[in-house]
Amino acid sequence: MSYWPLLGVAAVVAGFALRLNPMLVVVAAGFVSGFAAGLSLPDQFALLGKAFVSTRAPLLIVLTLPVVGLLEHAGLRKHAQRWIAGLYYMSLSLLLICYMALRQILGAFGLTSIGGPAQTVRPLIAPMSEAAARKTAPDLDDEQRERTRALAAATDNVGLFFGEDVFVAFGAVLLIQTFYSANGIELAPFAIALWAIPTAFAAFIIHALRIVVFQYGLRRRAAEPRA
Amino acid sequence: MIALSYVWWLASLVLAAAAVFDLRARRWGNAAFWALIAIVFAAGDSILAADKAGNRLPTQLVGVAVVVMALLAGSGLMRRAPATETDAAARDASAQRLGHRLFGPALMIPLVTTVLYLLSPYLVAGDWRLFPASNATVPALALGCCVAVVFALRVTRARPVQALRESSRLLDQLSWAVVLPMLLAALGGVFESTGVGAAVAGLIGQVIPTDSRLACTVAYGLGMIAFTMIMGNAFAAFPVMTGGIALPLLIRQHGGDPAVIGALGMLTGYCGTLLTPMAANFNIVPAVLLELKDSYGVIRMQAATAVLLAATNIALMYFLAFR
Repeated sequence: MSYWPLLGVAAVVAGFALRLNPMLVVVAAGFVSGFAAGLSLPDQFALLGKAFVSTRAPLLIVLTLPVVGLLEHAGLRKHAQRWIAGLYYMSLSLLLICYMALRQILGAFGLTSIGGPAQTVRPLIAPMSEAAARKTAPDLDDEQRERTRALAAATDNVGLFFGEDVFVAFGAVLLIQTFYSANGIELAPFAIALWAIPTAFAAFIIHALRIVVFQYGLRRRAAEPRA
Repeated sequence: MIALSYVWWLASLVLAAAAVFDLRARRWGNAAFWALIAIVFAAGDSILAADKAGNRLPTQLVGVAVVVMALLAGSGLMRRAPATETDAAARDASAQRLGHRLFGPALMIPLVTTVLYLLSPYLVAGDWRLFPASNATVPALALGCCVAVVFALRVTRARPVQALRESSRLLDQLSWAVVLPMLLAALGGVFESTGVGAAVAGLIGQVIPTDSRLACTVAYGLGMIAFTMIMGNAFAAFPVMTGGIALPLLIRQHGGDPAVIGALGMLTGYCGTLLTPMAANFNIVPAVLLELKDSYGVIRMQAATAVLLAATNIALMYFLAFR
C-alpha cells in the first residue's frame, strides 16, 4: 500500500492551521494527493471537475437567498427581535432548547429540511436568541453577541445531526445497511436506527445543559460591577 | 415533471444575477466567480453526460474553472461585501408596519418543502409524476422557495427584480464560502480515488493492540472522529473505518453486535463533523451567514458538546455491543 497520498491530508491540516484561504487549501490538497498517487495533470483536472459537478446539492442554499434577502430588507430580523423581547417568559435557554427539541423530533420523522442556517437560523433563531440574551444581560457586548449567535447555529447543527439518524429511511442508516450487506451481514434498517435513540437523548441532555450554563455565564457577567 | 435539471437552472439564474449586478458595480473578480459557477451549474448535466460518453474535455474544463475560482478567492480579487445596514430606519419602519406578516413567507420555505416531500408519492397521474421518484427533496425545496418568493413579494410589495438584487447582496456577503462545501465534497472524491482512505485505515490497524476489546472500540471511535474531521463528512469515513477496524476486529474477532457498532460508529463520526472546518456547510457557512468575526466561532460553541457526546457514544458502544 502506498502512504504517499496522505500528503494531501497533511496539506489540508497545514493549510487550515496556517489559516490560508480554504478554497486554495482544498484545491492544493487535491493536487498534492493526485501527484502523490501518480496521476497526470489532465487526469487530475478531469477528476476534480467531475467530482465538483457531481456534488452540486450543497449549493442549493442559494435558492433560499431571494426570500431571505427580501424579508430582511423589509425588517424581518428586527421584527423577530422585538417579538421575542416582548414575550416576558421567553429566555435564551427556553428558546434554544425548544428549537433543538423541535429539530430533533422533526428530524426523527425525516423532516430535516425544516431548518438550516439560511432558512431559519439567520432570519429567525439568531436574532431571537440575541433579543432573549438581552433579557439576561441588558448590555450585551459584541463578544457576547457573537457567541450567542454562534450558539444558535451550533444548536441547529446538534438538533439536526442527532435527530435524523433515528429516521429509518435516512441516508446514514441506509449507508450502514448497504455496507454490511456488501460484507455478508444482513440487517433491517429498523434494527440500526434503534441504536441511535440513546445518543439522541444524550445529545439533547448534554447540549441543553451547555445552553443553560451559557445563559448562567451571561447572568454572572451582567451582575458583575463594571470595572 | 420537475426534473433535477430545472432546479440547477433555477440556481444558476440566481448566481448569474449576482454576476450581472457585480458587473454593473465593477466588481470584476466577484462577477467572474459567479459567472463561472453559474455556467458549471447550468451545464452540469450535459457535462456529466459527455463524461459518461467518453468525452473528458468538458470535465477537464470544469477542473480548470475550479482552479480559477480558487485563485480568485485566494488572491483577494474577490471582495466580500461589508454587512452594512444603510437603511436601518427604513427597515425599522417596515418591520413595524408589516409585523407578524413577515413570518409567513419565512416559514413558507420549510413548510411547503416538507408538505410537498410528504405528498410526493401521491402527486402522480399515470406515468406522470410531479417529482422524480429518486430524489423528491431537492425539487420540493426548489418549489418551496418559489412559492415563498411569490408570497414575500406580495407581503413586502417589492418588485421581482428586488428579490434578485437581495440574493446578489447576500451572495456577495457570503462570497466564496458558499462554494466551499461543494469543493470539499469534491476533495473527498479525489481522496477516495487516490487511496487516502485505505492508507489511513492501514496506519491505524498497525498501531492498536488487537486483542483488547476496549482498545479496539476506542480506536474505532477515535478513528471515525479523526477521519471525519479530515474528510468533513462521516459518510466518507464510515466505510473506510468500519471496513478497516470494526468489521475485522470488533465484529469478526470479538463478536460485537454489528447494528450497535454501525449506528454508534456513525454517530461518533458526527461528533467529528461538529469539530472540523472541513464540514463547511455546517460550520463555516453559518459563521459567515451570521456575520461572525471568528470563522471558527460555531465550531468553538460546538466543541464541548462534541467531545462529551463522543465519549458517551464510545462508552455506549462498548457496553451495548458486547452485552
